[in-house]
Amino acid sequence: MRISEHWLRELVDPALSTAQLSDLLTFGGVEVEAVEPAAPPFDRVVVAEVLSVEKHPQADRLNVCRANAGTAPLTIVCGAPNVRAGMRVPAALVGARLPGMEIKPAKVRGVESQGMLCSARELGLGDCADGLLELPVTATIGMSVRDLLDLDDHVLVTKPTPNRGDCLSVLGMAREVAALSGARLKWAAPAALRPQIEDRAAVTVEAPADCPRYGARVIRGVNAKALTPEWMLRRLARGGIRAISAVVDITNYVLLEMGQPLHAFDAARVAGGVCVRRARDGEELKLLNGSLLRLDSDYLVIADAKQPLALAGIMGGEDSGVTGGTRDVILESAFFMPEVIAGKTRELGFGSDSAYRFERGVDFAGTRNAMERATQLILQICGGRTGPVVEVAGTLPSRRPVRLRLPRARRILGFGVEAAAAVSILERLGCRPVLAGDTVEVSPPSYRFDIAIEEDLIEELARVTGYDRIPAEVPVARANMLPAAEAQRGAATVRRTLAALDFQEVVTYSFVDSAWEADFCSNPDPVALANPIASQMGVMRSSLIGGLVQAVGFNASRKQPRLRMFEIGRCFINAPGYPQPWRVGAVAYGDAHPQQWGVPARITDFFDLKADLEALLAPAVAIFVPAEHPALHPGKSARVVLDGQEIGWIGELHPRWQRKYDLAASPVLFELELAAVEKRPLPAGGEVPKFPAMRRDLAAEFEESVRFGDIIAELRRAGPAILRDVTVFDLYRGEGVQKGKKSLAFSVLLQDTQKTLTDAEAEKAMSELRQILQEKFNAKLR
Amino acid sequence: MQELDKLVAEAIALFGGIDDADALEQAKARYVGKSGALTELLKGLGKLPAAERPAAGARINAAKHQLEEALQARRGLIAARALEARLAGESIDVTLPGRGRGMGGLHPVSRTMERIEQLFRSIGFEVADGPEIETDFYNFTALNQPDNHPARSMHDTFYLADGRHLLRTHTSPIQIRYMEQRQPPIRIIAPGRVYRVDSDATHSPMFHQVEGLWIDDSVSFANLKGVLADFFQRFFEDPGLQLRFRPSFFPFTEPSAEIDMSFGDGWLEVGGCGMVHPNVLRNVGIDSERYQGFAFGLGPDRLTMLRYRVNDLRLFYENDLRFLKQFV
Repeated sequence: MRISEHWLRELVDPALSTAQLSDLLTFGGVEVEAVEPAAPPFDRVVVAEVLSVEKHPQADRLNVCRANAGTAPLTIVCGAPNVRAGMRVPAALVGARLPGMEIKPAKVRGVESQGMLCSARELGLGDCADGLLELPVTATIGMSVRDLLDLDDHVLVTKPTPNRGDCLSVLGMAREVAALSGARLKWAAPAALRPQIEDRAAVTVEAPADCPRYGARVIRGVNAKALTPEWMLRRLARGGIRAISAVVDITNYVLLEMGQPLHAFDAARVAGGVCVRRARDGEELKLLNGSLLRLDSDYLVIADAKQPLALAGIMGGEDSGVTGGTRDVILESAFFMPEVIAGKTRELGFGSDSAYRFERGVDFAGTRNAMERATQLILQICGGRTGPVVEVAGTLPSRRPVRLRLPRARRILGFGVEAAAAVSILERLGCRPVLAGDTVEVSPPSYRFDIAIEEDLIEELARVTGYDRIPAEVPVARANMLPAAEAQRGAATVRRTLAALDFQEVVTYSFVDSAWEADFCSNPDPVALANPIASQMGVMRSSLIGGLVQAVGFNASRKQPRLRMFEIGRCFINAPGYPQPWRVGAVAYGDAHPQQWGVPARITDFFDLKADLEALLAPAVAIFVPAEHPALHPGKSARVVLDGQEIGWIGELHPRWQRKYDLAASPVLFELELAAVEKRPLPAGGEVPKFPAMRRDLAAEFEESVRFGDIIAELRRAGPAILRDVTVFDLYRGEGVQKGKKSLAFSVLLQDTQKTLTDAEAEKAMSELRQILQEKFNAKLR
Repeated sequence: MQELDKLVAEAIALFGGIDDADALEQAKARYVGKSGALTELLKGLGKLPAAERPAAGARINAAKHQLEEALQARRGLIAARALEARLAGESIDVTLPGRGRGMGGLHPVSRTMERIEQLFRSIGFEVADGPEIETDFYNFTALNQPDNHPARSMHDTFYLADGRHLLRTHTSPIQIRYMEQRQPPIRIIAPGRVYRVDSDATHSPMFHQVEGLWIDDSVSFANLKGVLADFFQRFFEDPGLQLRFRPSFFPFTEPSAEIDMSFGDGWLEVGGCGMVHPNVLRNVGIDSERYQGFAFGLGPDRLTMLRYRVNDLRLFYENDLRFLKQFV
């Protein structure tokens, strides 16, 4: 909310500077986000009357004016088109400093000019540079324009928290300042006006639970075209409210002053009386902002005999509002329950000052005061004669007494507030405290909707006392150790491992383009957002692949020759309960090695990334099962299986997606369940073999279709007991090997745990292995 | 016997001129080999009278010994020179870069979150986790924000198309899920991604939060101030760092505060905190008369920006490796 500091100080004026006042509020719980001066600094600008205007002898567009600025008449050359004798305007005297300029005595085309007559823009008061800023003819000649227009004022831009609806007015802020500073609140409820006419507004309230208090009065014979006084326009402008017409401006002024939203109906456009009721399904209402609503019973309306006239507490209707031709007014001052208004502006997609206050809670004891205040101003500014206030009251919100135990306050805050100090604070807050022993019984005021339990009062004590007075104390606590599961490494360890494997962590958005889900996951039905920030961020990812591919594209287009990235994050599955597994994904693209000497450059491939994956999982050993995945090249992809469980995928991006996503080459990727990667078997020590091992080589030719993994698995399964390890050390195709075949060379480690092997035993084992290769894999031994 | 002295002198002079190990050994043979000069002299001992033999033998042996010493010295010298020459030939340019792959790194926000976890673990906080697709109940209702509460407008929420679920707007639902399962004492820290409908230079629709919660029988607001002051001083490794607590409002804490940190000449908002609201404790079946405690929420993205002097939040989610590599 924006309020004028001077206006606030009319109600409470502590001996504090503007900055101190702002801090008092901020550290009392009502944040002042900014303090804006009402005008930029300038001085020696006074009210002057233009006495005469004559053409400049040397310049067509200039005039030579005589002006009375309270001293001897001044000669001032002026180029403004609207200058005329008799008007009062701001005159910057010689020596005046204006925004970006200083006024010096000067000759303008041969004529001495003793100052400058100013436009609004020259004073920094707006953009209007069309002509001189015209001041009221009643303005005192020679008076400082800063004083005349109250320009030494500031606007306090406050941001009351949602629980403090009571701070959304000058009066509310004044109460708060009084409570926090101890300064006296200078405010008296306006006197009730004596009715001048008999006319009573006809009011029925059919929804008393929604509207426990509705006040209305008829004011006849108003001049709706009356001009809103300058001072009021100024305060409205500083409050951020646009001027509309006198009656509406007055209701807005009282809204700012007292926080009570008011509404004025044109009595001639109300058929019969007004009725507060729930809307009927299908009823329509055109609002002041031009929107046409189809209503239902969720909405509370003010209706006449025929139709809804206004959306209660939110906005008036276009067809019943005050216009220039209005003569008679029905003025409404009501209290609508916060629950009835809350959430409506979100549904409607627009808000209003009225709804903003009602949903936070308006002082139900203040409706009458606001009505009297507004009536007073209408009579004063627009004339007219007022009828009596008609008020229909139901059951208002209760303000149950709340008990505050001072020892409990001490326990919660870790800081004791003395009983006398507590009582004084609560009194200043209007809570009428009654002290009994170490307990204070409190009755919250009608304007506070946020004091219902003991903690609410503890908070009041703390904030009025000042949070800075509560000491900072490190607690003393039980020193239990935390569990440390060794068979489980945390995500942090997985991160560090991948970083050590030369992958850079990235963080990509959890919401992605639905095309990614379709392309990379064949997922036609991902978890969709109802209100995405952009259509390409419309669905939740079910895989990390899309984000990694995008990160590759982003960096590749920035000429990065070698990309290795990983991400750890949740994926989101469109199934009952929305499973949200944590995954770890990695991608490698471009050069296999950083460009360097002594290592021939080559492009990274499946087996580079596979080695990384194996290193990540070590000491666990996964199995790679050839399988197809929508994102991956069908001949270069595998399911990763660990302990019989599928834990993820590895492969090269499908060339189709490589082209679609505009990459020069296909990256290789893996994506694994984080939970599986985090598992680490507890090591168990065994005996180190006492007897020496023997190493033998074995080479054979196979059909291309025979898979290495199958060979190894079979050798391990069916091979001799003394086979300790078998690895491949060469894969060869080409000269000497038949086309369509490949030669594999294995290194075999043989060892007996009980004795030293003889050559004969080793040879026997090798021949068993050779036999397996021949019989199971149709191998041609070399 | 002058002959012997002459022989020795001649041999030593010869050895001293040889630079090659093989040539040295050949030269040696000329004196102490099978038919070397000294060997011949020894053979000739028998021709001497018996009385002279011991003395002559001793002299020849001494001469032989002298030659062996000279040989040994020369061999050492030749070997040392050979080694020197080999080393000179083998020397490499040690300023050439090392081979192999490089080193990856963590995302800067991960670094920060790990650091936050470490600091809080050191005083007994466990790490907790929770889902990012949440229900209205955990994200709002259980946190004392009933339907249509104006406080909900503080969070611009992403809703799922099903209308019943949402993306969590804060990490606070983890408090509820954790407290539902345990009774105090509770000390947890819960880092994670959160989402709000907001995107500009200082807001990302996805960002990070770290939730902290400590419930026990006497954990007070003064303790909250103490723990957070300790944390910020440790995190920034600045014992002079000051915190300022401003009264604020969160539906799930009371009293509530915004946390400002001293930074240069001014203050920066770095999080929110407060004493857990009794309604929240009641919602999870914890006796609010017996137990009390605090909760706080910190913004790791913001802390990362301050710690590593990053001035644009969007860099964290752009994944430009040239940016990220700076945090290895």
